[in-house]
Amino acid sequence: MKEELAVALAGNPNAGKSTIFNSLTGTRQHVGNYPGVTVERKEGHCRHGNVAMKVIDLPGTYSLTAYSAEEVVARDVIIEDRPDVVVDIIDASNLERNLYLAVQIMELGVPLVLAFNMSDMARASGYQFDLEKLSRFFGAPIVETVGYRGKGMDELLSAITATVEAGKKPEQVHIDYGRELEEEISAIKALVREEGALARKYDPRWLAIKLLEKDKDIFSKIKSDAIMAQVKKSSSRIEKILGEPPETAIAGARYGFISGACQEAVRSTIEMRHTLSDKIDAVVTNRILALPIFLALMYLVFQLTFTLGGPPMDWMDGFFGWLGGAVGGLWPAGSDSVLKSLIVDGIIGGVGGVTVFLPNILLLFLAIAVLEASGYMARAAFIMDRIMHSIGLHGKSFIPMLIGFGCSVPAIMATRTIENRRDRLTTMLVTPLMSCGARLPIYMLIIPAFFPKTWQAPMLGLIYMIGIALAVLSAKFLRSTLLKGESVPFVMELPPYRMPTLKGVLLHMWERGWLYLKKVGTVILGISILLWAMTNYPGLPDNEKAHFDKERNIIVQTRSEDDGEKAAGLAAIDNEESEAALRHSMAGRIGHALEPLLKPMGFDWKIGTALIGAFAAKEVFVAQLGIVYSVGKAKEGSQSLRDKLQKNYPPPWSPSASCSSA
Amino acid sequence: MSRLCDPRRCGGKEKRNMSLAMVDSGSRVWLLGVEAGSELQSRLAAMGLIPGIAIDVVSNTGNGPLVIMVRNSRVVLGHGMACKIIVR
Repeated sequence: MKEELAVALAGNPNAGKSTIFNSLTGTRQHVGNYPGVTVERKEGHCRHGNVAMKVIDLPGTYSLTAYSAEEVVARDVIIEDRPDVVVDIIDASNLERNLYLAVQIMELGVPLVLAFNMSDMARASGYQFDLEKLSRFFGAPIVETVGYRGKGMDELLSAITATVEAGKKPEQVHIDYGRELEEEISAIKALVREEGALARKYDPRWLAIKLLEKDKDIFSKIKSDAIMAQVKKSSSRIEKILGEPPETAIAGARYGFISGACQEAVRSTIEMRHTLSDKIDAVVTNRILALPIFLALMYLVFQLTFTLGGPPMDWMDGFFGWLGGAVGGLWPAGSDSVLKSLIVDGIIGGVGGVTVFLPNILLLFLAIAVLEASGYMARAAFIMDRIMHSIGLHGKSFIPMLIGFGCSVPAIMATRTIENRRDRLTTMLVTPLMSCGARLPIYMLIIPAFFPKTWQAPMLGLIYMIGIALAVLSAKFLRSTLLKGESVPFVMELPPYRMPTLKGVLLHMWERGWLYLKKVGTVILGISILLWAMTNYPGLPDNEKAHFDKERNIIVQTRSEDDGEKAAGLAAIDNEESEAALRHSMAGRIGHALEPLLKPMGFDWKIGTALIGAFAAKEVFVAQLGIVYSVGKAKEGSQSLRDKLQKNYPPPWSPSASCSSA
Repeated sequence: MSRLCDPRRCGGKEKRNMSLAMVDSGSRVWLLGVEAGSELQSRLAAMGLIPGIAIDVVSNTGNGPLVIMVRNSRVVLGHGMACKIIVR
């Protein structure tokens, strides 16, 4: 037996593949990306007896054609990586369609094991399987499993090791495609055999079939004109004789095979009647109730993330504040050390700023995981589809856009589920227009500064509306110009409702949260350090520093006994110094340089500087603005900052409109 | 079966057979063919929709997505797609 077996898990989406993957590998898994595509790559490890296995969770697919990145990836992993065994996880209550994939894996000639998952539900629906017979039809051992209960895992692992031990190359179970197709397949096969390189990697018969199916990926790999000519000839012959193109004929033959096998080996004793799912759906997708139910659920999700997430966020904030203080304390007080500043302001400040979001984001992911696992997400996409369609987007685009109201980062990550590249790009580009949570502090600062009390709440609402309107317009614009193209036609399976398992949901949430931490932590950490450097260097020249020190000395030495006044005076000087330093720094200079660009919008260099900081994290804008206006550590509730803003950027309707900016 | 589908959206061709989009909720029809390119046909085939298969229309509101039952699983189809699926 090899040192470590490579096992690939394949199967339809919703067949329970991920659950089984989690059962087998527990937390010993690793999520990443396949290079070049936004398809998730999941790998994990497990042991059975004294056999070590590497388990690869292939993307869920309905077939192995070349029409989506997931399918191509799944196919390539099987062909290129040559796993020792491929396990096809099958939803036993949906046998025929699930077996469509199995048949295609079979044709690839890899050792196959079939897992009839959700076998408890199948039994309950009255299905009885003659596993022996089915096993012979498909040339693969069949194991019954109940993934979400973890049942059948041992048997599955045993079947895997047994299959590898049996060693022999599986005699390919050939599907008989019927005389006409078989003739053409042979003709093409003969030509392919002569094409040495290709024939060594791929099974010639499989290639021939794929060519007849007009598989785009295979087409691009064929260089020989002779082969292509034959394929063309064969296709038109088939079309003439059978009255349908070879692709359909082949699909038909596959299903014919499956039907035949099932007729012999599967008995159904109870008629499928209205299941519980249908009853729930009658309410949830009801014309009148659907939207309100959906909005109510979304509201619930938001409440969950923001209220439940509030205390942990404050706690995190406090923790990082404490950490900054503790680490800073390692240096003597008042120290000017660059290293201290780098660590405390740059690194702890930067990382802290990002990690503070973590509770919120984890909760959001948790909510999404529950919605997905229960099956509701599919209905949500379906309900929103019509509305999305009028903007040129997909039902599936709605979820990321909704998440974008909380935080843009997980929202963009959520766009992974959209298969069509153009739809996905459009959604990604448009999502940040939804006012995310980080903008709230900025709105809270600016709105009260410029608008009288009665206008404030409506203004906030208006800003959100403008965001949405902009998103809609941009989406329409993008879809009709740069990202023009057919929207992927909407076909989606509605899985039956299921009770999510705690373990599954938590694992899912943690998976995504960890990815977020990793990506954002590294990128934003880097940017924070960069920004720290930009806002601190070049520092104030010595003569200016001396000037401020002199002023400080004056205050310290005044005869006034009022300590409060002294402290205030010192603070004011500190602020002035900060402002001067900022103006002098790289960031300040860039702000100045940008001024001509910003002037038409009514901004000046001070806002420009603050904007630069805000690139990493929007909340930084408020703090930066505070520094620029010498109000020290500004928070959004800072009235003095508001006053300063109002004075400097008078809105057209205010009485001080005649004043020019300071 | 009533004409729920607006002929202007479906191309208005008069057929002896009809498009799936015109089928009432609760009816059962059989798939004859799909008027679309091979990519779409392939996707539908992978979902079980090949000529000869029985389709139960679970819900058809006339101008939104349809929910159908095919080979024991529920599938949602966009209206445009349903217009391209010819059934009897």
